[in-house]
Amino acid sequence: MTADPVADSVAESAAGFVIGRRSPAAAYSDRFAAASAGGAIRLAEIPFLTHLNVRADPASPAAERIGTALGVPLPVEPGVVTEGGGLSVLWLGPDEWLVVGPDGAARELRERIRGAAAGEHVSVVDVSAQRTTLVVAGERARDVLAHGCALDLHPREFGPGRCAQTLLARTGVVLVAKEDGFWVLVRSSFAAYAAEWLLDAVVEYTAVECRG
Amino acid sequence: MLLIACPWCGPRDEAEFHYGGQAHVAHPDDPAALSDEEWARYLFFRDNPKGLFAERWSHAAGCRRWFNAVRDTATNEIHAVYRVGEPRPVNS
Repeated sequence: MTADPVADSVAESAAGFVIGRRSPAAAYSDRFAAASAGGAIRLAEIPFLTHLNVRADPASPAAERIGTALGVPLPVEPGVVTEGGGLSVLWLGPDEWLVVGPDGAARELRERIRGAAAGEHVSVVDVSAQRTTLVVAGERARDVLAHGCALDLHPREFGPGRCAQTLLARTGVVLVAKEDGFWVLVRSSFAAYAAEWLLDAVVEYTAVECRG
Repeated sequence: MLLIACPWCGPRDEAEFHYGGQAHVAHPDDPAALSDEEWARYLFFRDNPKGLFAERWSHAAGCRRWFNAVRDTATNEIHAVYRVGEPRPVNS
């Protein structure tokens, strides 16, 4: 991999122009803010988070060393998220994880994981540009997601620290339950669709003028 | 809609899965030694029982892992799910 989509996304072109970057749901920020005004629901995008796809044998010493290097153990139990030091590590499969970190951290995290792998059979791929992160929070967040998601989102089943790859409104997403709401990790090319769907789904919880 | 219990993720809607046909169809050890008929039989011929059938499923919209399930083709009831490499449960 030669190009780092996050680190290189703000770069000077050969002609000297600064090439800006635009998150997949950037066009929806105003409508997200308007939908969030009522307080029952909060929609937002967290743009440009670093996403690294890590694959390794969970029983291998490398997996343990990667956990140590990240400061967050790689979760072994399905659907579990481990968090710490600004990083979230999502279980995606029995030998696959998604490391979510702050904007611009891709290169450093990748090197840290590669160093911990120390030649063992481990794959680290920067997939930051694959998905963007939508926030669905507020007291009615579960109701909104339930419009298009078949999972049981009750805190008893899907409380903070849980994640799931599933379908939301027929779109493949990674759902993450956070302390203060949900993250919906949706593919960049589906972000506009997901944003439109969410804005439609929240209408009944935000349309103040329609209440009695 | 079927509710299929992924061995990793737990029960999920059928819409999250892809069907993979009959399970436990062993690849021939030496394909070059087979006659055309035997090769065609390996490629194309599958059981079609009314009743319990071991088949492959992939949790395509979830953990993306293949696994096996024993389904009753008459009732659609899923009697067992088990991971790839595990033997078919004896009582199903």
